[in-house]
Amino acid sequence: MTTRFTLNGTAVSVDLPGEVSLLHALRGPLGLSGPRYGCGAEQCGTCMVLVEGTPRYACTLALDAVEGKAVRTVEGLGTPEAPHPLQAAFLAEQAGQCGFCLPGILVSAAALLDRDPDPDDAAIRAALDPHLCRCGSHNRIIRAVRRAARAMREGRAAA
Amino acid sequence: MSAGSGMDFRGLVTPEDGRPRLPGSLHTNRRLSQWITFHADGRVTIRPGKVELGQGILTALAQIAADELDVSLARIGVQTAATPDSPNEGVTSGSLSVQDCGSALRHACANARAIHLQVAAQKTGVPLEALRVEDGTFFGPAGPVGSYWAQADDALLECAASPEVKAKPPSARRIAGTSAPRLDLPDKVFGAARFVHDLRLPGMLHARVVRPPARGARLVELREGGPPLPGGARVVRDGSFLAVVAAAEHDAEAAAARLAARVRWEEADTLPDERALADWLREAPHEDSVVIERAADDVALAGQTVRTCFFRPPVAHASVGTCCAVARWSGGTLEVWTHSQGVYNLRTDLAKVLRIAPERILVRHVEGAGCYGHNGADDVALDAALVARAVPDQPVRVLWSRAEELGWSPFSSAMLVEVEATADAAGNLVSWRCEIISNGHSSRPGRMQDPTLLSGAYVEGGVPVPPSINPPIAGGGGAQRNAIPLYRIPNLRIGLRRLTVMPLRTSALRGLGAPVNVWAIESTMDELAAHAGADPVEFRLRHLDDPRAAEVLRAAAEMAGWAGRARREGVGMGVGFARYKNASAWCAVVAEIAAEATVRATRLWIAADVGEAINPDGVANQLEGGAIHGVSMALKEAVRFDRRRVTSDSWETYPILRFSEVPVVQTRLIQRPDQPPLGAGECALAPSVAAIAGAIRDALGVRVRAMPFTPETIAAAMDAA
Repeated sequence: MTTRFTLNGTAVSVDLPGEVSLLHALRGPLGLSGPRYGCGAEQCGTCMVLVEGTPRYACTLALDAVEGKAVRTVEGLGTPEAPHPLQAAFLAEQAGQCGFCLPGILVSAAALLDRDPDPDDAAIRAALDPHLCRCGSHNRIIRAVRRAARAMREGRAAA
Repeated sequence: MSAGSGMDFRGLVTPEDGRPRLPGSLHTNRRLSQWITFHADGRVTIRPGKVELGQGILTALAQIAADELDVSLARIGVQTAATPDSPNEGVTSGSLSVQDCGSALRHACANARAIHLQVAAQKTGVPLEALRVEDGTFFGPAGPVGSYWAQADDALLECAASPEVKAKPPSARRIAGTSAPRLDLPDKVFGAARFVHDLRLPGMLHARVVRPPARGARLVELREGGPPLPGGARVVRDGSFLAVVAAAEHDAEAAAARLAARVRWEEADTLPDERALADWLREAPHEDSVVIERAADDVALAGQTVRTCFFRPPVAHASVGTCCAVARWSGGTLEVWTHSQGVYNLRTDLAKVLRIAPERILVRHVEGAGCYGHNGADDVALDAALVARAVPDQPVRVLWSRAEELGWSPFSSAMLVEVEATADAAGNLVSWRCEIISNGHSSRPGRMQDPTLLSGAYVEGGVPVPPSINPPIAGGGGAQRNAIPLYRIPNLRIGLRRLTVMPLRTSALRGLGAPVNVWAIESTMDELAAHAGADPVEFRLRHLDDPRAAEVLRAAAEMAGWAGRARREGVGMGVGFARYKNASAWCAVVAEIAAEATVRATRLWIAADVGEAINPDGVANQLEGGAIHGVSMALKEAVRFDRRRVTSDSWETYPILRFSEVPVVQTRLIQRPDQPPLGAGECALAPSVAAIAGAIRDALGVRVRAMPFTPETIAAAMDAA
C-alpha cells in the first residue's frame, strides 16, 4: 500500500501497510533520524512531528492518517547553513545536554511560536509539557524559546 | 569496605605500581600516540578513553588539548572510544572524566608539544627557547620554521609520556576556562544521525527481545504453528532468552508482540513485599562492615540527641531514549556498537557470556541518550550480540522498549539510613552514629568473577547476576558514598550493611548512595540546629573547618537572600550541602518550595566549587541538570513492583519532573583556575534533595522520613510526629 504526503516540503510516497506508525516510516524508508522512539505511548514527546502545523505523536499515528497532508520534522525546520531561529537560539543558549529530546521539543516550540509570537514562560512550559527532558535542560530550553520568539518578532518588524 | 578481593576498580583507585606517577589515566596508558595524532592536513585527533554521555565531556577535553598544543579548537577532532586501541580508562562514571582523562590529555599534549618543538629546534637550528607555537605553526625569531602538520608523519609520539614535562601554568590558558559551545549540540538541534539508535549499516536487521513476564521466569514452552510472523521475522532463542529479528523495524516490533502470546513461562514470587520494603531491608541476608569509627575520650556524650530513620525506595535511570545496540558476527569476530560507559569492561563480560576470547570482540562507543549511571546500555549490547550470532555477517540493531527500559535496567537500591546524633548544651556536635542498609551500588560489567549482563542470566547455562558490591570509600564508595559528614564531629561511627541477596538488580545511578546519605546528614543538622535555636546555615558553618565548603554555603545563602527571608504561608526554604564523595566538587543548594496539594519546588540557588572549570557554561549546565534530577527524585520517583515484576514500567507509572514542574535555577561558580579540575555532573543532586526536605520542614513543620516527598509520605511523617 502506498501513502503519499508532503515531508518537509517535498512530496514523498511510502510503500508500507497503512497501519504502520508514521514514526517507523520516517525512520525507516524515509531515512530520517530526528523523530525518535521514546515510549510508543504518547507519554514523552520524543517522536513529535507537525502534521498540518499541529504537534502530533508520530509513534502512534498511523501512516494512512497523513495521506495527502503536510508533515514537518526537525529536519524541515532549518539546516546548519540556514537554521530556524529556534535552532539558532538553542545553540546560543546551549539548551541541551544529551539532546535526544530536542527534535521533538523544537517542533512543538515552532508550533507554539506560529500561533503565539510572544509567549510568556507559562505558555512555553504548557506547550512543552508533553515533552520529557531527563538531563534537566528545561530552563535553558525555555530561555531559548523566548530568545527565538524575540528574534522572530524583530525579524518580522524589520521585514 | 566490602568490595572483596579480585574486583577491578580501574579508574577508581590508582594503582601503586612503582612507575613514575603520571597524571590521571596517562599513568596506565603511557604511550602518547594512543592519545594524540597530528595529521598533515592540519588536523589533530585526540582519543579519550572516556565517552560522551550528554555531559559535554568531548568539548571540555578538546578545549584542554587545543590549549596545551596551541592550536585552535576547530582543528581538534575527537575519536570516540573503541577497543582495542583507545586508552583503557575503565568506566566513564563518578564525575571523574575531567580529573582522569582531562589531566591525562593535558599532560600528553604538553609532552607532544615539547617533543615536536625539540625536533623542530634540531632541524632548524633555532634554539628551543626561541620557538613558539601559533595555531600549530612553529615560529622562530625570523618567522615560521615548521609545524605539527609538517612533522605529522614522523612517528614522534610512539613513546611513553615523561613525567618531567610541565603543562602550561593556569595564567597561560586561553581556551580551557572559556565557555566554548558544545561540539555535539549542532547535530542534536538539526536532528542529524548521531546516536547509536541512528546507525544504518548495509543489510542491517532489526530485533526485539521478548522479556519474561516476571523476574527470573523460565521459558518452558514456545508454541509452534499459528500464522507466520510478520515480515518473515525469525525467532532466536537461547535458553530463556527470546528475541525476534526482521528486516524492517515495524515487523520486528509486531512479531515480538505476537510471539509473546505463544510463550509459556514458569514464574514465581521472587520480590519482597513493596509495602513492607523497609522491614525487608532490615531482615534480608547481609554482611556488615564499618566505614569509619573514631572516638574522642575527652568529650561528654550528654546533650540533645536526635534519632531518625530515612528511607528511599529504589529509583530508575529513566533516560528519555531507550537502550540500543548494533552487533555483527563475521568469521568468529564480533563487532558491537554501544553507548556503554566502558568499552573494555563490556568486552570482558561479553566474552564471558559468549565464551569467546575478548580479543575477538571489537566494541565501539556511539552516543546514546542521556546516561546517569549504569543503565541497560551494556545489557542491550549482549542482546544484540546474541541475536546477531544467529544471522552471521548481518548487523542487528536491538532497541529496548520503554517497558524494558523502566522495568529491566539496573536500579539504584532502596536504602535505609539511621542516624543518631548528639550535640552538647552549647549546640556543638559531639557524636554521630549512622547505619546504612542497602544493596550494593555497583554491578558494572568487567569487575566481578561472573558476568553482570541481564540476558547472561537467561541464556542456556547462564548464571544469575551476582549481588552488587560497593566500591571502597577510597574510590568514592557506593552505598556509603558521602555518609561521612564533613562537619566536625569528635565521636563518629558509620556502619554499612550490604545485602547479599538481590531480588531487584541494583547498580550505580548518579550519586550512588549520596542522595540518601546527604539528605540524612543535612536533615539531622537542621534538627540539631533547631534544638540549639541556631540558624541552619550558621549551624553548619560553625561545624565546618574547610574554607571552600564554607564559601559555597555562604554563596548559596547570599544568592537566595537567606538571611533576610520572610515567612510566607505555604512557602518554605531549606539548605543542603555536600562535597561530592568528600573528595570532589563542593556544592550548596538553597531550595524554595510551595506546599500546595503537592509540594512544588519553585526556585533553586546553587553555588559550586569545581576547582578549575574547563568550560564554565558546561559546568553550569551540569549543575542545573543534576539539581533538577535531584528535585525529580525527591518529589516523584519510586520503582513500584509486586511480588513478581516491576509495575512502574511506563511514564505514567514512573513519573519524572516535567516542564510545568521545574524550578527556576540560578547557579554561581566559584572560579579557581589554579586548582585541579573536579567533575560537576553529580555534585548538585544530593544537596538539592536535602534542601527540598529542609524547605518542607520550613513550610509545614514536618520532617519527611521517606522519599519521594508526596502527599502520602508527608502525611505519614505528620502522623508519626
